[in-house]
Amino acid sequence: MTRFRPGRLLLQLSCLLIAIWLVAPTLVVIPMSFADRKSLAFPPQGFSTQWYANFFANPQWFGSLVVSLKIAAMVAVVATIIGTMAAIGIERLKTRAGGIIRVLLLTPMIVPGVVLAVGIYAVYLDTRLVGTWTGYVLAHTLLAIPFVVIAVGANLAVFDARLETAAASLGASRLTTFFTVTLPLILPGILSGALFAFVTSFDEVIVSLFITSPQLKTLPVQIFSSMTRDADPTVAAVGSLIFLATTLIIGLGLIFGLRRRGA
Amino acid sequence: MSVLTGRAPRGALLLTLPAIAVLLLVMAVPFGVIVLRSFAEPVPGLANYVWFFQTPVNLTVLARTFTIAFWVTASCVLVAYPYAFAMSIAGPRLRLVLIMCVLVPFWVSGVVRTLAWVILLQDSGVINRILLALGFEKVRLIRTQLGVTIGMTQVLLPFMIMPLYAVMRGIDLRLLQAARSLGAHPVKSFFQIYLPLSLPGVFAGATLVFILSLGFYITPLLLGGPQSTMLSTLIQQQVLSLLSWGRGGAMGVVLLVATFGVLALAGPFMRRRYQISGGSR
Repeated sequence: MTRFRPGRLLLQLSCLLIAIWLVAPTLVVIPMSFADRKSLAFPPQGFSTQWYANFFANPQWFGSLVVSLKIAAMVAVVATIIGTMAAIGIERLKTRAGGIIRVLLLTPMIVPGVVLAVGIYAVYLDTRLVGTWTGYVLAHTLLAIPFVVIAVGANLAVFDARLETAAASLGASRLTTFFTVTLPLILPGILSGALFAFVTSFDEVIVSLFITSPQLKTLPVQIFSSMTRDADPTVAAVGSLIFLATTLIIGLGLIFGLRRRGA
Repeated sequence: MSVLTGRAPRGALLLTLPAIAVLLLVMAVPFGVIVLRSFAEPVPGLANYVWFFQTPVNLTVLARTFTIAFWVTASCVLVAYPYAFAMSIAGPRLRLVLIMCVLVPFWVSGVVRTLAWVILLQDSGVINRILLALGFEKVRLIRTQLGVTIGMTQVLLPFMIMPLYAVMRGIDLRLLQAARSLGAHPVKSFFQIYLPLSLPGVFAGATLVFILSLGFYITPLLLGGPQSTMLSTLIQQQVLSLLSWGRGGAMGVVLLVATFGVLALAGPFMRRRYQISGGSR
C-alpha cells in the first residue's frame, strides 16, 4: 500500500484544486455585492448594502424577479403534470415506442439554445406570443419537461407494479389505485421534478432574451442586459440572493428527499 | 386494471400526448420554420447555404466553434477523470462533500456564474493579480479564446463528472487488486483494466459536453470578443441585428446538423462500448 501514497497525495491535491475551481467562482459575487463604488473591480473597496437596496427599490429589478417567480411557479405546475403523465405513459408502454418517445422528450436538453430561441421567436411573432405570460410558460415548459420525465421515470423504475395489481384485486378502481397507491409512492420523484422545473424556468435566459418585451421581462434577461450595459454591482447582489435562495431550496429539498427515502 | 400494468397501450400513448403536443408546438414547428426560411428567404433555393459556405468569416467561426468545443471537452475529460475517480473511492461523507462541490455551481444561475468569470478574468482581475504576485507576466484572458475555454469548461464540468462517476462507481476495484497480485505494475493495471472499463463514461460525458459546447451562447458572448465569436452569436446577429431570417436560419440548420451529426456518430459507438464492458446494459 505504501507504494500508492504519492499517487494518493497527488489525487487529493488535484481534487482539492478542482473543488475550489468549481465552487470559488460562484462565491466571488458575494464580496462583490457589498462594493462601495459602481465598479466590478476585485477585490471590492469599502462596504455598503446600497446594491441590495437598489435591487429591492428599483422596479426594473424587483419587478423582473416577481415576473420570474410567477412564470417559474406556473411552469413547475404545468411541466410537472404533463411530464409525470408522460413518464407514466412511457413506463407503461415498455416497448420500443416508449423508448423513442422518451428520447424525443429529452431532446430539448441538448438542442442548441439559440437555434431553438430563433425558431420560437419566429413562431411567436406570427402568433403574437412575444412578451406574453403564455409565451414564456410554453417555452419554459418545453425545457422543463425532460427534467420531470427523468426524475419521475427514475422513481417509476424502482416502483413495484404488483402493488397496483394488488390494489386492483382488492377492488380498487383505477383512479383510487392511482391516488392512494401509485401517487404517494412516486411523490418524491414528482416533487424533485417540480423543483427542477422551477429552477429550469427561473434560470432560463437564451429563449427569454428573444421573446422578452420591455413590459414583461424575466430576471435573467434583466441581469444579462445590465451586464452588457455597464458594471453595476446590483448584478452581484442579485447573484448572491439567488445563490442563497437556491441553496436554501435545494437544501430543504435534499433533506426532504432523504427523509422520504429513509421512511 | 392498474395505471402501470394496464393493458391498452392506447391509454399509455394518450398519457404522453400533452408532452408530445408541447414538443411539437414549441420545438418541432419552430425548427420547421427555421428550415423552411433557410430555403425560402429571400428567394427560394440554396442561396443561403451557398453564401454560408462561401463566406470565409462563417467558415472561420464554424471551425472555431468546433475547436473551442474540442478544447473544452478535452479539458473537461482531464479535470473530471481524477475527480470522478476520487468520488468513486471516497467514503460516504467525503463523497457527499465532493458531490456538493459539483452541484453547487450547477444550480446557481448560469448568467451569474458567467459574471463571476468576468470578474475573475478581467485584466485587473484575480487571476492576473495572482500571476503578477507570482512574478509572471499579465495574460490577456477576457475577450480571448482561452478565457472562453476556461469559463465554459467550469460551467460544463458537472456534465462530464456525473456520467463518469456513474460508470466508475460500478467498476469492481478488486479487479485491480487481482491484477496486482498477479504481478502487474499499478500503472499497467490502470491502463489495461481500469481505463478501458471507465471508457463508456468518458464517451458519454464527452459527447454531452461537446454537443452542449457547440451551441453555447451566453458564456462566449460575455467572456469572448470578436476573436472568439462562436456560431450561436453569429446566428443571433443575423436574425436580430440584420433581420436576415434566411441566412440566420441556414446557420441554425448547420448548427443543428452538426449537433445531431455528432450525436449520431457517437451514439452507436457508445452503445457498443457499453456491451463490451458488460456495463449497465
